[in-house]
Amino acid sequence: MLRGWFRPAVLIAVLLILWQIAVSGHGTHLLPGPMEVVGGIADLVRQGLLLKYAVASLFRVTWGFLLAAVLAIPIGLTIGWYRRAELAFNPLIQVFRPISPLAWIPIAILWFGVGDLAAIFLIFLGCFFPLVLTAINAVQSVPAVFVNAGRNFGLSRSALVYRVLYPAVIPQLITGLRITLGVAWLVVVAAEMIAVNSGLGFLIVDARNAGNRYDLVVAGMVIIGVIGLLLDMGMRSLERVRSSRWSYSED
Amino acid sequence: MERAAAGPKLSARHITTVFQSDGKSTPVLDDVNLEVGQGEFLCIVGPSGCGKSTLLSTIAGFLSPTSGEVRIDGEAVSGPDPRRIFVFQERGVFPWLTVEGNIEFGLFSLSRPERRQRVAHYIKMVGLEGFEKAYPAELSGGMKQRVEVARALAVNPDMLFLDEPFGALDSITRLIMRGELLRIWEAERNTIIFVTHDIDEAVQLGDRVAVMSDRPAKIQQIVDIDIPHPRDLSAPRYLELRNGIFKQLGLAHKV
Repeated sequence: MLRGWFRPAVLIAVLLILWQIAVSGHGTHLLPGPMEVVGGIADLVRQGLLLKYAVASLFRVTWGFLLAAVLAIPIGLTIGWYRRAELAFNPLIQVFRPISPLAWIPIAILWFGVGDLAAIFLIFLGCFFPLVLTAINAVQSVPAVFVNAGRNFGLSRSALVYRVLYPAVIPQLITGLRITLGVAWLVVVAAEMIAVNSGLGFLIVDARNAGNRYDLVVAGMVIIGVIGLLLDMGMRSLERVRSSRWSYSED
Repeated sequence: MERAAAGPKLSARHITTVFQSDGKSTPVLDDVNLEVGQGEFLCIVGPSGCGKSTLLSTIAGFLSPTSGEVRIDGEAVSGPDPRRIFVFQERGVFPWLTVEGNIEFGLFSLSRPERRQRVAHYIKMVGLEGFEKAYPAELSGGMKQRVEVARALAVNPDMLFLDEPFGALDSITRLIMRGELLRIWEAERNTIIFVTHDIDEAVQLGDRVAVMSDRPAKIQQIVDIDIPHPRDLSAPRYLELRNGIFKQLGLAHKV
């Protein structure tokens, strides 16, 4: 465990030192040095903004992501199970999916005003379509042999869903959820730059607008990166649950 | 109550199956007729792709024939039934359940202690003691195959359908598994229909061997294997029966 951390930690330390040397040697104003950024983070902590903004961003991501998951997964599983539903819905989903959630910002503000709801709506859109597709693919790749075995033992339709279909799609769903949570975290920053007055995205825009505090801009970026990493690690730990740590590819 | 006595356990009458895809129709089974007795071990051999698996899936109720019908105990088969379990190659084991969980899968109508007792019994029978909590990903192909056989036996089926169950195993494991299947069959006396492309395997295991032709498949011949178990694989009678089937399939028996 410790060895795994050692190399990246050394690399980061070396890069930070080089960064500091380069910035102070050159005297540039194009980028703050690491010490300034640390100072910026300290400022944010002192003013209570770090916690406040991080919580605001996480709050929006949580709601947008959970709403999308709760709706998209059952919808996707149903569409994937019934071939005719897939034929009907697929073109529609394929049209909506490539529209960046950011393109919805004007409409989000028109519908919900500037505030949490607009941001949550944008995150929801960013997560919903990828999750529907993940769920459709997950059902369709369940080997027929599992479904047949379930039917052979006399399972009712609902038992078949609960005891065969659902566990069979879990590994793919977990992976899809992990990737989508990453997307949600990308979207929240962008959404907060325009659609709300708090959060880490707002912090970055505000630090620039309110006096070119680039130390705070970079501090915000670092915090976004660290929280994103923690979210991903949290989702990865789900992938290690023993009963879902298999995939069809081993055959 | 008297059963409609002495009828066959299973009778397949005039089974004809034609697959339709992209407007093309492919005849697979052509008027197949078959009777299997109670407690019999019937092997079906034929060239690969000849429709053996289609026939077995039809008998098990997973596929409906284009025409003809399958009756088991006098009743027309209309779908899969927990009294008759289909054993796939080891791919049918549920990877999200432990060995125990897999074997317990079909026992949902039993009480907990009964379930426990059955699971323990069949784990012992297939020699998987000590692996109760293991997941399939941690098992070898042969062990997974045993899990599947145990899962099937645990529900006390009166018929077992096995579709090339040992096809993916190495030859040593395959030999061991054949011996174990016979031992289990002699203890439980289920009616078994066993599909294989391996003529030796069929002659070693079956009471009778049904030889299928190329597609569209018919049953060319049914060979009685009148040798008691355990069978001596170098006995003249064994070789004679086996060579007869090789010839029937048009295979020169030389390498």
